[in-house]
Amino acid sequence: MIELDRAGRSFKVRKNVVHAVRDLSFTVSAGEFVGYLGPNGAGKSTTIKMLCGILTPTSGRVRVAGLDPSRRRTALARRIGVVFGQRTTLWWDLPLADSFELIRLLYKVDRAAFRARLDELTATLDLGAFLRTPVRQLSLGQRMRGDLAAALLHAPEVLVLDEPTIGLDVVSKAGIREFLLRLNAEQGTTVLLTTHDLGDIERLCRRVMLIDHGRLAFDGTLEALMATAPGQATIEDVVTRLYTGGARAQQ
Amino acid sequence: MVRTYFLLAWTWTRAAAAYPVSFWLMTLLGVVVAGMDVAVILVVFANTTTLAGFSREEVLFLYGAASLSFTLCDLFVSNIDRVSQHIKAGTLDVFLIRPVSAWLQLATDRFTATRAGRVVQAAVVLGYAVTALGLDPGRLWMLPVMLATGVVIFTALWTLGGALQFVLTDAPEVTNAFTYGGQQLTQYPLAIYGRDLVKAVTYVLPLAFVNWQPGLYVLGRDDPFGTPEFTRFLGPVAAPALALLAALAWRQGIRHYRSTGS
Repeated sequence: MIELDRAGRSFKVRKNVVHAVRDLSFTVSAGEFVGYLGPNGAGKSTTIKMLCGILTPTSGRVRVAGLDPSRRRTALARRIGVVFGQRTTLWWDLPLADSFELIRLLYKVDRAAFRARLDELTATLDLGAFLRTPVRQLSLGQRMRGDLAAALLHAPEVLVLDEPTIGLDVVSKAGIREFLLRLNAEQGTTVLLTTHDLGDIERLCRRVMLIDHGRLAFDGTLEALMATAPGQATIEDVVTRLYTGGARAQQ
Repeated sequence: MVRTYFLLAWTWTRAAAAYPVSFWLMTLLGVVVAGMDVAVILVVFANTTTLAGFSREEVLFLYGAASLSFTLCDLFVSNIDRVSQHIKAGTLDVFLIRPVSAWLQLATDRFTATRAGRVVQAAVVLGYAVTALGLDPGRLWMLPVMLATGVVIFTALWTLGGALQFVLTDAPEVTNAFTYGGQQLTQYPLAIYGRDLVKAVTYVLPLAFVNWQPGLYVLGRDDPFGTPEFTRFLGPVAAPALALLAALAWRQGIRHYRSTGS
């Protein structure tokens, strides 16, 4: 479903070339739930932006749902759902329901299918109480649920989440995790999740990829990740060790 | 595509209509501000009977034609010049994940229906000039061609300006020189400017085809700069060429977009 073959993206910063991502290769199969970890500035967001076609890779090959994202961006948009925890994709001044209707028209979703999907999402994400509220007046938790629904209205095969639980309280977090698990289990949606919340990873991901300095530093199951540091008790300790160790190896 | 355009435009209009007083005041203000341009022309002609050999009605005709093309673009595509704002705020990413062209979404972003007032003002001036001049009916076919050419040229200029902002993120005002500068330039008969400038806007940046060259044909006038007769009809060649250039530049801009860190 997602394929990267020695993909790289570099930026020119004044006279220097910075490699945000270099020689990154991995494959995610349909129906997988993958956690994508890495310290700040490791290249997580750059990877995600290459997956949705926002950034054109400067080297290598990227395929999502069989398409080259940067060349077939609008075609891919119909098959992929994207949520940025840091910014909304909804229309700030419109009530949530109007944003959804607009998305229906932009994505050309059939009216009956949309109705059914929206009812389902309204129930599972508990949106009923604020469907008529303008997006700017929603709380962060409400907005995030709205954003999730918006990314799923067109029934995408792949869902890419960039820090979806950032800033949420424990109850909202739990609700969103529950929803994502069900989505993956019941509808078989492939999910790629970046987060700094290791609780998300523990609860949700069977497979974990860890990127550091633009390269893949670990790729395996959650158990295998824990096994890299036998003495460590918690995932926080294991990941801290990998982040700092990886940095040392680079130097 | 047209349907999507109006859908998005309507969404923004509805959002703006939530504040009706502001909505109508802005429309009215647009008409008043645009009316100042006409007032300037009328003041000039209060002191003289011709401007570079053109009568008051002829100048109003050239002004009306350029203004109508310009205000239509100002209404429908000018929001494209906010690319740099979206780049800096990181909101361009959101446009790029939707299954609709980023150009279309940007052009409709915060669509301001209140600018329609200026379109009406320009149409009224042009309508008045055409009636008052009693033009040769055999030449009026050029009028719609001229307006279409003007719309294509200004749209291309705005798109070029937008594309340039992918590079000049910190100096978006530079691009205004082409769009708003182009409008200022075409408001008067090009005969009032120097020969070199007119050459530049004929052969390099084809602003002369917005109203000047086709306008000379409609008015049945010779070019004071002595360009040959066939130049009057080159608008439909120059405009698509500029549009193609703008489209290519836009594509390059999107491909070289760097996004922001988050």
